[in-house]
Amino acid sequence: MCLGVPGKVVSVDGFLAMVDFWGVQKQVCLHIVDEPVGPGDYILNHVGYAIRKIPESEIAATLAMYDELLAGGAGDLMGQDVRGEIAAGQEKVGP
Amino acid sequence: MTATADIGAGAAPLRFRDPARSRALVERLRAVTAEIGRAPVSVMHVCGSHEQAIARFGLRSTFPPALDVIMGPGCPVCITDVPEVDEGVALALQGVRLCTYGDMLRVPGTVKSLADAHADGARIDVVYSIDQAVALARRASEEVVFFATGFETTAVATAAALLAGPPPNFSVLSAHKYIPPVMEIVAEMPGTRVEGFLAAGHAATITGWGVFEDFVAAHRLPVVVAGFEPLDILAGLVGLVELVRDGAPRVVNLFPRCVTREGNRNAQAALWRVFVPTGGRWRGIAHVPNGNLRLSDEFATFDARRRFRIDVSRLWDHAPPRLLARCICGDIMAGTRSPSDCALFGRECVPDDPVGACMVSSEGTCRIWHQYGGHPDLRVQP
Repeated sequence: MCLGVPGKVVSVDGFLAMVDFWGVQKQVCLHIVDEPVGPGDYILNHVGYAIRKIPESEIAATLAMYDELLAGGAGDLMGQDVRGEIAAGQEKVGP
Repeated sequence: MTATADIGAGAAPLRFRDPARSRALVERLRAVTAEIGRAPVSVMHVCGSHEQAIARFGLRSTFPPALDVIMGPGCPVCITDVPEVDEGVALALQGVRLCTYGDMLRVPGTVKSLADAHADGARIDVVYSIDQAVALARRASEEVVFFATGFETTAVATAAALLAGPPPNFSVLSAHKYIPPVMEIVAEMPGTRVEGFLAAGHAATITGWGVFEDFVAAHRLPVVVAGFEPLDILAGLVGLVELVRDGAPRVVNLFPRCVTREGNRNAQAALWRVFVPTGGRWRGIAHVPNGNLRLSDEFATFDARRRFRIDVSRLWDHAPPRLLARCICGDIMAGTRSPSDCALFGRECVPDDPVGACMVSSEGTCRIWHQYGGHPDLRVQP
């Protein structure tokens, strides 16, 4: 919940963006992020909402940290949380 | 207003795969702690992700013996209070369709968790985002309630979803918490050992680091905003211990790539239109003035507490589990005791069968410590 996951914006339609997270594409809401966001930008996603546009100069370092976390094994809580965040939200809930 | 600094801005990005930088920071931390010349020097962080990183990368084994780094009330699942879980359980058993984040399912209420209610036939859906709950309400004709938990970072998502105009059969049971007020409570606790705070980077992305200036002025304790990489944490601790040594309480932002002084004003505007801060209990810790976020009058029609008569009393017709009485999660989150002080830890209380909330969530102190061998503080391992 706390860590969030960075992703690359693929397309934007109003307040909805399609964002790529390590090959998984998901919709992310843009209501909260305080800068204009367009295709190619990187955002930090928290539970389906972009809370920050990642500055150009920080993208490489940010992605490197998550690459390292995702390389962790099954017993690694941080990696599990990040993998869970990336996978979550694809499933349809309810009827 | 205290002096503040945005030091670190413009510095070369820290990379935790940089062993030379890591060794230098560890040495610096030892030197600065030694300069204080007493033990223990106690600082607190308030973020489950910080504890995960500290445990995962074995950072405690590199800390000087005199430095005590305590995890405070930084797990949003853990501090959701028992009566709040009871409200969710009662609503679900009353027949509404309850949606919540997956971490909440096994958190104990007075007698039942949401998972217990589900086993009893209540309809409970785990969602990743509040938007899935809103979408479910649009497809369904029944009442859908989102049991909303978490700190600033998830509260802004709840605010945005309500501002976007959800359908009339949707409502929110808010158990959101706001971090800055609980730091005041911990700072004022009788017998507190906390001499400074490491603030969580992503919550500060929303609030800005300026939110801590009044706290520092009132309590004369330094606050350092830090990121989640091991090097970020080590650099944050060095900065914090330097401020303790110098008796110089101020706010220092060591996570400038994510955190500004003002924070995300758009998010703050949404947050404070939808929510009002009210006093309330944090599980096991204390009543925290302004620590709970409840829906404002403007959004009263979407407030599950005002829409439904929530009857929690019928949940209490049998006694709560006896083990819960021996759980010390509250003391652990307040930083006065650690998991190794708990008689239940790793015995009656394990991740597959948790007694207390701290063993449930992947961001809970007990869960993290259990995952990494029961006692990641290698300095005092027997």
